[in-house]
Amino acid sequence: MQPDSHAFIFLNAFLINNFVLAMFLGLCPFLGVSAKISTAWNMGLAVVFVMLVSSMCAFGINIVLVKYELEFLRLISYIAVIASSVQLVEMFVKKFSPSLFRTLGIFLPLITTNCAILGLALFQTNRSYNFTQCLAFALGAGAGFTLALILMAGLREKLELAKIPDTVTQAALSLMIAGLLSLSFMGFAGLGG
Amino acid sequence: MPADPRAPAKLSLETLTQGIWKENPVFVMLLGLCPVLAVTNTATNALAMGLATMFVLLCSGVLVSLLRNVIPKQVRIACYIIIIATFVTITDYAIMAISLDLHKALGAFIQLIVVNCVILGRAEAYASKNKVVSSFVNAFGMGIGFTVALLCLGVVREVFGFGTLFGMDLFGPNFQPWAVFALPPGGFFVLAFWLFLFSYVRKRRAAATTLEEKKHAA
Repeated sequence: MQPDSHAFIFLNAFLINNFVLAMFLGLCPFLGVSAKISTAWNMGLAVVFVMLVSSMCAFGINIVLVKYELEFLRLISYIAVIASSVQLVEMFVKKFSPSLFRTLGIFLPLITTNCAILGLALFQTNRSYNFTQCLAFALGAGAGFTLALILMAGLREKLELAKIPDTVTQAALSLMIAGLLSLSFMGFAGLGG
Repeated sequence: MPADPRAPAKLSLETLTQGIWKENPVFVMLLGLCPVLAVTNTATNALAMGLATMFVLLCSGVLVSLLRNVIPKQVRIACYIIIIATFVTITDYAIMAISLDLHKALGAFIQLIVVNCVILGRAEAYASKNKVVSSFVNAFGMGIGFTVALLCLGVVREVFGFGTLFGMDLFGPNFQPWAVFALPPGGFFVLAFWLFLFSYVRKRRAAATTLEEKKHAA
C-alpha cells in the first residue's frame, strides 16, 4: 500500500496509530464514558460526526490562513471552529432525536475539550493532507476512537461482576486495562507495510 | 457555620499546597491525562511539558482573574479558551525558538495544552472568583503539582525504558532496556502503579487513624 493512499491513511488512524491507545488523545471521554456499551456507541458516533465537520472546516481555514500569512492564528481559529461544530451537532441531535440528546447529556458539549479533535485538525495540517485524505483521516480516527471506547466498555461491563482487591481504585483498574489493550494494539504495527 | 463555596477563598498556605498534594490534578482529580501519558517517555520531556503547562496556567490564571468582572457570564468559557489559546501560541513559538529538538519531541502536544482540562478547570473554578494574587498562588501550586506528577512518570519510564536519567547513563553498557516502558502501554501501566501506590498509602493512613481513635476510646 502507498503511504499516502486513502486506505492506508484510514487504516493508520484506525488501528496502527489508534488515537486513544497509541497516541493518548481523547483519554478523558475514554475513561469517563466507557462504563456502558450503549453510551459508548452513541458517544463514538457523535465524535465521528464532529471530527468530520471540524476536519473539513479546518482544511478550509488553513488555506485562508496560509494565503494571508496568518499561521499564528491557527490554534485560536481551530478551537473556535471545533466549538461551533459541537454546537451544531448539539442542535442537530436535539432537533432530530431528543431521546439520544438526553442519553448523551453533558458529554455532548464536552466534546469541545476532547483533544482527539483538535489533535486531528493539527495533525492533518502538519502532514499537509489534501481534502479527500483529510476525510479519510477523520473517518479513520473517529472509527478508531469508537472502537477503543466500545472495547473498553465491554471489558468494564464484565468487570462489574469480578472480585477486585479493595485497595485498587476504579481509575487505576481502568488504566491497567487500557495498558493491556494498548499492548495488544501494538500488534497492528507494521500492518500495511 | 459552613463556608459559602462561592465566596472568595482566603489567601493562605493551603491555597498553594492544595494543588500539590490534596487536589493534585493528575493523581487525585485525573485531569489532563493526555499529555501526562504521551510526552513522559523521558524525564527531560516531562519537565519541559510541565513547565510549559505551568506558564500557561499562571498567565491565564492572572488574566482571567483580572478580567473576572468584565467578562459576561454567558460567554465566559469561550473567552477563557481564547485567553488560553493565546498563551499557548506564545509558548509554542517560544519553545520553537529556544530548542527545536524539544519542539520536535513534544510535537503537537504543546498546542494541545489548549484543551488541557486542568487549565480550563482552574480558570472556571478558581481564577474567575478570586483576586489576582491568590489566583496566581493557586495556579503556581497546581502547576507544581502537575509538573511533579509528570516527573514521577517521566523518571520511572526513562530509567526502565532507556536506562538513563535526564540523558545521563545510569547502568553502564550492559543494561538491557525494558522497552515496553518507553512505548505507549508503559505510560498506562506506570500511571496505574502510581495510583495503586497512592490509594494504598491513603488506605493505610486511614486505617492507622481509626486504630488510634479506638485506643483513645478504650
